[in-house]
Amino acid sequence: MRDALFGTLLARVCCGFLGVVVLAAALGPWLSPWEFDAVDWDAIDTAPSLAHWFGTDGVGRDLLTRTLSGAQISIAIALAATVVSCCIGIPWGATAGYLGGRTDQAMMRIVDGLYALPFILLVILLVALFGRNIVLLFAALGAVSWLDLARIVRGQTLAVKSEAYLEAARGLGAPTFTVIRRHVVPNVLGPALVYATLTVPGVIIAESFLSFLGLGVQEPQTSWGVLIADGAREMHSSPWQLVFPAVMLTLTLFAFNVLGDRLRDAVDVH
Amino acid sequence: MGRYLLRRLTFALITLFAVVTVAFFLARAAPGGPFDGERRLPPEVEANLRAAYDLDKPVVHQYARYLGMLARADLGPSFRHKDFSVNELIGRGLPISVTVGGLALALAVVVGVTAGTFAAMARDRARDRLLVTAATLGLALPPIIVAPLLVLVFAVGLGWFPAGGYDTARSYVLPVIALSLPYAAAFTRLSRGSVAEVLGRAHVLTARAKGMPTWRIVRRHVLPSALIPVVSFLGPAAAALLAGSMVIEEVFSLPGLGRYFVQGALNRDYTLVTGTVIVYAALVLTFNLLADLCYARLDPRIRHA
Repeated sequence: MRDALFGTLLARVCCGFLGVVVLAAALGPWLSPWEFDAVDWDAIDTAPSLAHWFGTDGVGRDLLTRTLSGAQISIAIALAATVVSCCIGIPWGATAGYLGGRTDQAMMRIVDGLYALPFILLVILLVALFGRNIVLLFAALGAVSWLDLARIVRGQTLAVKSEAYLEAARGLGAPTFTVIRRHVVPNVLGPALVYATLTVPGVIIAESFLSFLGLGVQEPQTSWGVLIADGAREMHSSPWQLVFPAVMLTLTLFAFNVLGDRLRDAVDVH
Repeated sequence: MGRYLLRRLTFALITLFAVVTVAFFLARAAPGGPFDGERRLPPEVEANLRAAYDLDKPVVHQYARYLGMLARADLGPSFRHKDFSVNELIGRGLPISVTVGGLALALAVVVGVTAGTFAAMARDRARDRLLVTAATLGLALPPIIVAPLLVLVFAVGLGWFPAGGYDTARSYVLPVIALSLPYAAAFTRLSRGSVAEVLGRAHVLTARAKGMPTWRIVRRHVLPSALIPVVSFLGPAAAALLAGSMVIEEVFSLPGLGRYFVQGALNRDYTLVTGTVIVYAALVLTFNLLADLCYARLDPRIRHA
């Protein structure tokens, strides 16, 4: 695992980059001399300068602060959604794998069916109909991204199913769901969490799509999707407004994907 | 084969029914109604409108009525576009969305499989590493980034292609490229893995030992089995493509299904939203069935089951 994260130069750079992004997202808006929604009347729509490293947007808000504040929200939503998807996917997969037989078939058939569905439609339906708030956003995104996790956990559960400690737990008369909760889940948690990290970039993309369409995070709060949508509108006259958030999003996704691939190879569950 | 397809078809129909039900009840459970506007309607007018659209009846009644309409392939009148039925709106948007989505998926498969095969054949050499890195980067370039950048460079800057519209073939070039990029990357990674795996099998070694030309080995002995994972990823890819297509339609001002859906969702146009969700789901499920058919053709274990 350590080798996967720090084995090559590229992996080390990606780790470092993600670390910097997370740290900057956590501390940046707080350290910056500007507020994310404060207007600098002397610098409206200005190119990058010493005062505003990433320039300012159309109403004079500091783009660096907004990019970091957007990072905060994009990453927070992604992590929260991932937690939600773990809460559904891990119990689902462990139950299906452990019980086996008809229950397993039915549960995995549901997962297969959901795979074929354009889930983003339901998320859009939910956020559009029930208001655009952040809690609903990550709950909905989490509720639709647990499918891979359920498959992986089921596979892992099948692998540990015949282990002696499970037999011992059953022999001592532990109820089925206690066995799943206390003995199956902890033993499949490692690979499951690795896979959970792989859902993070997916959720970041989904959130940025929704925000881009105006269905996600709302003004004055911001996320990478909102910033890219704003930047795309102004790109002819002020390309920096598009370039900085776009580069941040791309590099973050790239780093997540590189590390995700290496982690997947290290755990090697397919 | 027949039984396999029959099972798939039944399953698809059940899924579609579930989608219809969920979409219908979600839209009804939402706060706010289609007649909440800037200016409130007089209560009497609103009551008359509600009666005309059956909104004063119990939800179950509305649901039954809706199912009856669906059986006659009628998605109802739009709640917002007063002169149009949902069928008409979808009839206008669907051809555009299907053209862009279909071309993007085709481009992604062709580019992805070609690149993936080349990468696998040059395994761990510079060319392979270059392609893999490019593919990983491609995955990190969603349409919300690529589409505006393409407009900036090729429409505004160089003027090679129009920045929007849908009247000429040229206007489809940028949207299709922007939409297909992440999927081309995904197909590259997928086919690289599966081609590399098949290349290592004994029958390929035999073919090589008897002096068969490389391209013929690839075409005759490698691709047919290496394509199986690619085909099985087509369904999920088509489902995922939808989100991107909404962004693409927004950026290139294409009046496709995605725009009607997003507009309908923002305006609480119940029938339009439910209608587009159903059409989208039906499209994706049909596509999945077709992919299953290809899958069954490629994999003898399913064909003879």
